[in-house]
Amino acid sequence: MAEAAQTGQGPLTTIVEDWSSDVTTFKAVPWGKAMMWIFLLSDTFIFTSFLVSYMAVRMTQTDAWPVPSEVFALEAFGYPVPLLLIAIMTFILITSSGTMAMAVNMGYRKRKVAVFWLMFATALLGASFVGMQAFEWSKLIMDEGVKAWQNPMGAKQFGSFFFMITGFHGLHVSAGVVYLLIVAIRVLRGRYDNTSFEIVEITGLYWHFVDLVWVFIFAFFYLW
Amino acid sequence: MATAEIPYQETVPLHHPKTWIGKYVFSQDHKVIAVQYGITAMAVGLVALFLSDLMRIQIAFPGFMEWFVEDYYYQAITMHGMIMVIYLLTAFLLGAFGNFTVPLMCGARDMVFPFVNMLSYWVYLLSVIILLLAYIPGLGGPTGAGWTLYPPQTITEGTPGADWGITTMLASLAVFIVAFTMGGLNYITTILQARTRGMSLMRLPLTVWGIFVATFLGLLAFPALFVSAIMMILDLKIGTSFFMPAIVSLGQTLAYDGGQPLLFQHLFWFFGHPEVYIVALPAFGVVSDLISVHARKNIFGYRLMVWALVFIGVLSFIVWAHHMFVAGMHPYFGFFFATTTLIIAVPTAIKVYNWILTLWKANIKLTVPMLYALSFVLTFIMGGITGLFLGNVIIDIPLSDTYFVVAHFHMVMGVSPILAIFGGIYHWYPKLTGRMLNDFWGKMHFWITFLGTYIIYFPMHYLGFIGVPRRYYENFDSSFYPASAQMLNEVITWTALVVGAAQLIYVANLVHSYFYGKPAGDNPWGANSLEWCTPETPPGHGNWGDKLPTVHRWAYDYSVPGSEKDFIPQTVPQGQSS
Repeated sequence: MAEAAQTGQGPLTTIVEDWSSDVTTFKAVPWGKAMMWIFLLSDTFIFTSFLVSYMAVRMTQTDAWPVPSEVFALEAFGYPVPLLLIAIMTFILITSSGTMAMAVNMGYRKRKVAVFWLMFATALLGASFVGMQAFEWSKLIMDEGVKAWQNPMGAKQFGSFFFMITGFHGLHVSAGVVYLLIVAIRVLRGRYDNTSFEIVEITGLYWHFVDLVWVFIFAFFYLW
Repeated sequence: MATAEIPYQETVPLHHPKTWIGKYVFSQDHKVIAVQYGITAMAVGLVALFLSDLMRIQIAFPGFMEWFVEDYYYQAITMHGMIMVIYLLTAFLLGAFGNFTVPLMCGARDMVFPFVNMLSYWVYLLSVIILLLAYIPGLGGPTGAGWTLYPPQTITEGTPGADWGITTMLASLAVFIVAFTMGGLNYITTILQARTRGMSLMRLPLTVWGIFVATFLGLLAFPALFVSAIMMILDLKIGTSFFMPAIVSLGQTLAYDGGQPLLFQHLFWFFGHPEVYIVALPAFGVVSDLISVHARKNIFGYRLMVWALVFIGVLSFIVWAHHMFVAGMHPYFGFFFATTTLIIAVPTAIKVYNWILTLWKANIKLTVPMLYALSFVLTFIMGGITGLFLGNVIIDIPLSDTYFVVAHFHMVMGVSPILAIFGGIYHWYPKLTGRMLNDFWGKMHFWITFLGTYIIYFPMHYLGFIGVPRRYYENFDSSFYPASAQMLNEVITWTALVVGAAQLIYVANLVHSYFYGKPAGDNPWGANSLEWCTPETPPGHGNWGDKLPTVHRWAYDYSVPGSEKDFIPQTVPQGQSS
């Protein structure tokens, strides 16, 4: 260490020089991938702002907050099962991350047909997630009378935040489905043949991010 | 450090426009996009300048413009603030300077995703159009809530523009954020991944560093504004109660219940404070380069300048509640935010000392860009010191909502960045057009603007100390402050009108010099950074001709002892001097 300090080559200096070395900061990272990471960082702040606002309003709320295990219960075999639908939705979304990861793997092996079907499966799982979310929304709105501006069970902010945040996430999933399908078809048509198929990984980054956000929404809305 | 790696950008084919429209209208060339951003931002800035003159006339001579009623005054305040902060300063410093300098100074042929970059401009233009839609007759005019848009008054009846004005404002902001994100992702990725051979991050000119850190701040801070804009539109249009408590308005109990007005303030200032540095950091960077070039001396403490930028950027995220000291806050909270706020004085002081030490015993050339850079340092010190007053809770509380605050933020984030922008324009115009701006009229414009802004804003500190409140349509006779306050207001207004009119000199200079200016040559200032090393002036499509430049040194080798000329461009190998 003493020697390092004398030559000005301490660990910090070395780290800085590695990061700031010429041409590229992240070696062998394509532009699109770097850009997607930075975009996701920015998007993280959007969802964080949403969730922190939700926590702040919920903690200062004087009206009763609905109990999640009752509101989100589903009747099965004559019994109310708490969080049944949401458990299935979460399972589906996590599964879609698995198929996406397999698609990325197949992409780097240049097996285009496998990439296409795996991405197609991912999109299908994503679409079914959005479909179930629509079902959940309609159940809340029609059967239980929860609207974005009213809530018969207590604090109206419950509905406001629920529809806003799950809606914003649902938009992300829907956009992701479209994105997946476009990339999958382009892969099959050979548009990326001259590349190392990093586009599949970039799409995957977005998809995993949407999944990860769902984990947080799940925890804060359904388990709190 | 230098490697023989082939830059990825040499393997990526450049987009070549085939038509006139592809070349100049829907252009993907970063230089054209920079000009488009610059012209739009300046045009909308002139609108905001005009609004400020109207407000000044009203303040100094109440009753002189009978048609200028209270509602118009508050709408003018709001639009002036929002346009200046977002649509002029942010768009100009990052959209125009960012687009022009980043690829040229990094040695890239263009931004990494030129198509997204082009979209960024057109979405920005859309946001400007949406913003101005509120002026369509019959919609009730723009919002008059003040640029901070605090609920509940923003969306309750009685505030001008409470129906459509606020909607177009929020929609426009959301669209602007989309535009900024598309541009910002490009700037960051270009700086990180598309530099030329030999260009390490620690050899980048400070302009690029300032833009880099500011863009990061933007990408992390604008989300909070985006979220609050969505939530407020929902409150307004479908009756949610995110920000709206139970409230009685004009004798009627509204349907809102249980929301948190303070939540909006937190979200807004979580964006709003970093926004100050989104505007200030590129200005710091530009000024550092201008001072070094025109003082013919290397920048003092380059590495510390870079770290100061990064440190200011990080700190800017944990100071936001100093805008809310009077909103009602636990004293420990106030203590925390006052402390973090005052800590920012350390890196900013480092920067100011380094500028002054760069000037120390330098061969200072008082060109127009240099005059602007020097005036920036002076003005920034002025505004920064009053920031120390306002950062302290106990001093802030009596000074809140007085003209002291107006003086402070106009000095530090209004006038200072504008001076840096003017300096940058006078500096880079020769590279952009191949012609020099007229020197005499440039100096006229400088002295009127610089001295004028001092006459305008310096007395406002005194107005604030004697308790003149800001945002008042009319200051009636009051025993709280002497009648001379009104005389001061008249002086300020006359000066503001002169300074406002003087900007026409600058616009005329820009237009006239484009056709009749003195030819500039490739490197009129004798500057080192890469943009002055292009094979053509103005730089052609793809910037560098056949071959990317190779960088061998930092951008600040000025007046090196023993060298032939007093500058050594970045492309000259080590050991050679020209």
